[in-house]
Amino acid sequence: MARLETGIDQAANVAGAFSFKREMLAALPSLRAFAVSLSRRHDRADDLVQETVMKAWSKQESFQPGTNMRAWLFTILRNEFYSQMRRKGRELPDPDGLFADNLASHPEQYGKMDLADFKSALDQLPDDQREAIVLIGASGFAYEEAAAIAGVAVGTIKSRVNRARVKLQELLTVSGESDYGPDGTSAPLVNRAFPGR
Amino acid sequence: MMDKDTKDERHASRQGFRADASDAIGSQLKQYYKSVEQEPVPDHLLDLLEKLDQAERSGGSNGKA
Repeated sequence: MARLETGIDQAANVAGAFSFKREMLAALPSLRAFAVSLSRRHDRADDLVQETVMKAWSKQESFQPGTNMRAWLFTILRNEFYSQMRRKGRELPDPDGLFADNLASHPEQYGKMDLADFKSALDQLPDDQREAIVLIGASGFAYEEAAAIAGVAVGTIKSRVNRARVKLQELLTVSGESDYGPDGTSAPLVNRAFPGR
Repeated sequence: MMDKDTKDERHASRQGFRADASDAIGSQLKQYYKSVEQEPVPDHLLDLLEKLDQAERSGGSNGKA
């Protein structure tokens, strides 16, 4: 099987490590966003990305040129995340100060407040659901790709995404009502969570 | 073709999640993710990649691909 691809491998290897590095650089922002979504914290996410870069580099021979580098990196990062969780046990994360700081630096944009609410709702999802909805809804993977990254069946990804979506809708509605009451501040959020169509 | 797509989309948005649906949760999720993607990648990660690349080029048998 590998032999069939020898020619392709050699052609790709002429470009060699340069393109490997370039492709990795190009994938970093998205990989990092996935890591923040998964681990819920910037500091932990950057550790994960660092670990992923080192692992990916050390096993770059196992990367099949011409296949999806992003999916390969996301898989490594995801496996690293879960193996860290098993090693360290699950700690409740402190609020992600960096994300809040970044938002606070643009207070003039009202939408940023919604974004903070959204992040705290997303953070409350079970890991497997959060992972699924992020891979499909934000990272831009197809169901088949997301299933391969998470190591589960396509149907499992679909049902996780659906459950995530229902849960998010609940959380965003509840927080809109209890935190602020049905006033002008929460109304836009509630209305968007329930587009009345 | 257009008709079918529009119908599918309406159907999908009632039924459940669609990656490209312009619903509230989908667009907030994208917006959130994008806001993180747009943050500058920390220098230590860029440095790490640079070092790995240089180590490979200057030395090991790995470098000759």
